Order: sequence, then structure tokens, then C-alpha cells
Amino acid sequence: MKFSTTVGIAGYGGYVPQYRVKCEEIARVWESQRAPIREKSVPNLDEDSLTMAYEAAKMALRMAGVEPGRVGAVLVGSESPPYAVKPTATVVAEALGVTPQVVAIDMEFACKAGTTAMILAAGLVASGAVAYGLAIGTDDAQARPSDELEYTAGAGAAAFLISRRIGECVALIEHAYSYVTDTTDFWRREGQRFPSHTFRFTGAPAYFHHVIQAAKSLMEEAGLRPSDFNHVVFHQPNVKFPLRAARYLGFSRDQVKVGLLSGDIGNTYAASSLLGLVRVLDEAEPGDRILVVSFGSGAGSDAISLVATKKLSEKRSLLRRLLDRKVYVDYAKYSRLKRILGWGW
Amino acid sequence: MRKVYVIGAAATPIGEHWKLSLRELAVRALLTAIRDAGIDKRDVEALYVGNMSSGSLQGQEHLGALVATWAGLAGVAAFKVEAACASGGAAVHQAFLSVASGIYDCVAVVGVEKMTDAIPFDVTASLMMAEDQEYVAFTGTTFVGLNAMVYREYMRRYGVEQEDVARFAVHCHKMAVANPYAQFRREVSLEEVVNSPLIADPIRLLECAPVGDGAASLVLCSEDYLKRDPRDELIEVLASTAATDILSVHERPDLTTLNATRRALEKAVKQAKIEIGDVDVLEVHDAFTILGVVTLEDLGYAKRGEGWRLVKEGEVEPGGRIPTNTLGGLKARGHPVGATGVYQVFDLIKQLRGEAGENQVEGAELGLAQNLGGVGGTAIIHILRRVR
Repeated sequence: MKFSTTVGIAGYGGYVPQYRVKCEEIARVWESQRAPIREKSVPNLDEDSLTMAYEAAKMALRMAGVEPGRVGAVLVGSESPPYAVKPTATVVAEALGVTPQVVAIDMEFACKAGTTAMILAAGLVASGAVAYGLAIGTDDAQARPSDELEYTAGAGAAAFLISRRIGECVALIEHAYSYVTDTTDFWRREGQRFPSHTFRFTGAPAYFHHVIQAAKSLMEEAGLRPSDFNHVVFHQPNVKFPLRAARYLGFSRDQVKVGLLSGDIGNTYAASSLLGLVRVLDEAEPGDRILVVSFGSGAGSDAISLVATKKLSEKRSLLRRLLDRKVYVDYAKYSRLKRILGWGW
Repeated sequence: MRKVYVIGAAATPIGEHWKLSLRELAVRALLTAIRDAGIDKRDVEALYVGNMSSGSLQGQEHLGALVATWAGLAGVAAFKVEAACASGGAAVHQAFLSVASGIYDCVAVVGVEKMTDAIPFDVTASLMMAEDQEYVAFTGTTFVGLNAMVYREYMRRYGVEQEDVARFAVHCHKMAVANPYAQFRREVSLEEVVNSPLIADPIRLLECAPVGDGAASLVLCSEDYLKRDPRDELIEVLASTAATDILSVHERPDLTTLNATRRALEKAVKQAKIEIGDVDVLEVHDAFTILGVVTLEDLGYAKRGEGWRLVKEGEVEPGGRIPTNTLGGLKARGHPVGATGVYQVFDLIKQLRGEAGENQVEGAELGLAQNLGGVGGTAIIHILRRVR
């Protein structure tokens, strides 16, 4: 897809809670040898996907220096909203001060809803329907204790303010491509507390098929090759998958490394590839071309290519500081923070 | 009893066939075997489908009619044959009996299992159906757990180290590298095997046959059929025997020998009129390394407690005293459970036809395959000879 008017990112923000639990601590409790990542982020008791979305969005607005009242759309992609019915987007919009004249909606597509929010926000802005659109990916991922997913299910949020005024943008969106199929690799039905998954089926036919098809198709459509990109960010359910996808597509480890955060914060689901993009924007040079490829179970991938502008050198986020701010917890405290232990449940 | 020949053999590679269903795997292998035999498929009078878990993993039974229908063979006599992990061998046995008895002149066997689209818990529970649900499964033990008891007792009784038993996996992986049908075509070191994750003490992950999808198929015929359709190259099934043991391991007086193997072997060497030492190439049911080692002893290639020496001394490799699992065995070729017994015969045929590539045993004429159900509750033995 190409937008009829060029749009870009006027501001961005990433949020990661301060608590971390080490993979080896989880493995200690379950007497396993699993180590798909080093450690993952854990939200505090008063944090959830909604509060993290707000934190990231506030930073994006602040970076852009845009009056909240000019934001015409708030799109929140998440698979862990605090309410099953009652939008996160309205609360975030109200807290940011952008209500009431605003399109606000929650979107769910497992780990891909954040990038899809970005594509839709870009569409709204490019069409002229709204001046600014806020796209947010946020998740406080849940996993059944002892499940493979427990080792990686992290928490975080990323937000991007999309603008048509390219002079204020730090990066311009060149192309987007979306690839979806009906593939049952991971799901959570109504009333289930934890998601189910299909183990190794989540690899080749799910993650790799969609990520690779989306990335390849975008490059074909845009006439780009892997060597045209300075940075590439893939959805990060662990450390191995994005590296393997990169190798398959012909990207080097150097192109992947800046945006690869899963080893330190885990899989932040709808925020995963977008937090990688935040990190890349913080490090990129003007003129750098960036490819972001998300993956959402169910399944689909969005590929988005961006080019950094000169504005980038003036604007950077606080993400590095949040990544370095770490308070380690043991499994007992982790259980409490994740409400596995507690009362009244 | 009439003589029985194998005139067609085929298989799918073993692996994660996400895009092939149970029936597609079976039909693909079956039609390829019929093509390999160079016969008109209308000559096939009966079909025996070896499969263990279609009922629990796919919710599908009645595989005889299902596979016959989708292979365009509707009308033939067709049945599923089930004997846990020996289902494939049992299907070959039934096919053999039907030709040997004079009832049919041309029959087909297909062993098929589709395991990877089920979640591990369901696969484990399904495999455990090979054991006694009422008296054993309820304790919570798994199949790995039962084999671990055999392994522990073997090490205790004979003072054998785990490295000695685990080496069987290293051998199989080495053999699988050259086999295009194998699930794991890569070598593993002994260090990797003994340091791989613990599954059921002392069994390590890399000592267990993997979960996989696959189908293998054979076409068997009588001498009368050959008169109508003669061939330059021919493999005869010299023996096809089956035996059972007390189902549950804990009821047996000795954990470290499998009586079913011994009984099936005794009948097989009589039927084939051979000496066990005449065998050029061997396929054993190494669902776990310990089963491979114990089988080498039960088949008479080593004294009790010394089967591991054959592996350590390289006697199981092509060129050794008894080349064993030369295309990877269950460990590395793969173990789609109900198909395994057919894959073993398929691998023997590769050797007897001189098609085993880098692992070819020079001048291989006589092959023996041993297929187990459960922890030796059932054993099936086939002996094949290249007659021209």
C-alpha cells in the first residue's frame, strides 16, 4: 500500500515498566532449562495496558509539541485491555485531553494490532480526515504459569503521532503491506484467563510464513532490497525468531540488533515491533531507511518502511532510560505483580 | 504357505507436514508405492493401514475405507491395524498373512501417523494409550517414564554408564545425515546427548525418538502374481512373525529383556531358515536409546548387558559386524508411530536394492526389522532377502 499523501511520525514514545524477572528465575521454579530470553518486563500492581498506553502516548505528544486538541484519532491496539467491554481508547484520549471530538477505538489482532493502528492512522491523516492520528500498541501479556509463554510474556507500550506536515516529522512512511490468513496458532476465547497455543506450529506456518511474506511483498512492491535498509525490526516473541527471519530474508545481524529488545524485556505483544522501532528511531541517522514487520497470531503481518528525516536529530525518546531502569523481582513477587497470587480473584 | 514378495515401496519424508493431512500422507505414500511396483492399482485386492493414534489425535477412525477411497481403491478389502508403535509392523504382518495364505495375490500396506498438529499433552496421552489405562496410566507415568525404569535397572544391574547407552543416538543421527527421508539429518555429539534436557530420569531429550508426521507404503504379491508380471529384481519376505509379552513392564520378572522380541525372533529364524549371524542389515526399534541397546541383546548379537559395546566399537555401522539403523532409525529418521514398522521395512528395501547411498552396506542381501509396540508388549519381526 502507498498513501496518496505522504505522512510521517511527528512524535513517538515508548514505555516499559521498571520490574524485571529473569528467565532463569522462572526456569528455577518450574525446573526447566528454558531460556528463550534473558529477562522480561513486569508491570507494577497499578499498571496495565491502559496506563502504559497513556505513558507512551503522552511522550509522543510531548515530543511532537502538538496541542492535544488537534489529535483527531486515537487507535489503541492491544490484546490485554483491562475491560472486556469498555474501551481503553476513550480513557487514554480523555487522560491526554483530546476528547471529545476524536475518533477513538480499541483494536485487537494479537501482537499485530499496534502496527495496524499505525497503518489506519496514517490512512486517516493522509486522507485529510484528521490532522493528527495517534497509533498505540500496548500489552501486559498474560501466560499460564509454567507454559512456554510465561518465559517471554512481557509488558510495554509504544505510541506514534502521525502527521501530514512532513516538515515536523522525524520519519516518513514510504510503504505499507499487510498479509493475513486464517491460521490458528495462538488464541484466547471469551472467559479464558490465559491464551492457548499450538507449540511448534506457531513457528514455520505462523510466524515465519507471515513475517517473510509481508517483508518480501513490501520490498517487491516498493522495489527495495534488504541492503536498502539501515535497520529492520521484526516482531519479537523471543530472540531466536527475529534473527532467523532476518537471516532468511537476507538481513545482517547488524541491521537487526538495534531494534531487538526481546532479550531484555520479553515479548511485549502489540508493542513488540513498535518498541523496536522506537529504539531504532532513537539511534538512527537522518536518511536511514527502516523496515518494521509485525506478526499477530491468527494470523498476519504488517510491513512498514520508513525513512528518517533531518528532524530526527532534534527529537529522541526516553526509552533507553526506561530500559536501563530495572528492579529485579523473584518469582514470588512476580506472581503477586501478575496477580497469580493474591486475593479476591 | 506361499512365498510372499515385496515389489513396491515408497515413503514420504518424515517431518512436520503442516500442509499434509493424515489422508494426504497415506494416499501419497500408497500411490507412490503402487507406481514403484509398476502395477495397475486395480490389481490391489486388499489394503492394510498401520496407524496408532488417528482416533485420539484426528478423531478419525475407519482408515481402511478412508484411505482406499481417497487413493481410488474403493471396493478393496481394507482395514486399520493397530498395535501401538508396532501398528506398522502389524499391518505388514497382516498383509503377509493374506498373501501367504493364498487368499490374495496382490495387497498394499500403508503405515501413517500425523502427530505434529496435536499439542504435546495430547500426543503424550495418546502414546500412553499403549499401556494399561486402568492399572498403569492412572499413576501418571508416561511412556518415557516406563522406559526410564528399564534404563535405570539396566545401568544398575550391568554397571553400565549412561554414555554407553546414549551413544546409540549419536550413531542414529550420524546415519540419518545421508537419508533424504530422515527427520533429523544432522549429527549430534555424545556430549550434546547427555547434556540435553532431562525428560524422565535418566532419559535425556536427545535419547528419545521425535514426534513426526509420515507415511510409508509397500506392495506385496504372491508367486502366482509374479508369473503374470515377472521382474528382474526381487525381494522376498522370508519371515513375518509377531509375539506379545505381559503388557505392563512392572508385571514382568525381568525389566532388561523383551520377551516378545525373543519369541518373535525364534519363530522368524525358523520360518526364514536362517541364522541370526547371516543378517547383513538390521533395523531395530530404538524409540529410546535403551530399547536399541536391549534389542541388540535380545536378537542375540550381544550378551546381556553388552549390547552397548557393539555401538561403542562401531560394529553397528555399515562395514561393521551388524550394520544397524543405517538410515537413522527411530531416533533420527523419525518415528511417526503407526508408520514406523513400515518405514523400517522400507529402509531395509533401500539397502537390499542398493539404494542406501552413502550408508550402503556392500552386498546386502538379508535384512531383519524389529518393531515394538509399547515397552515390548508386542514385537513384530520381518526378514527380507534379495532373491535376484
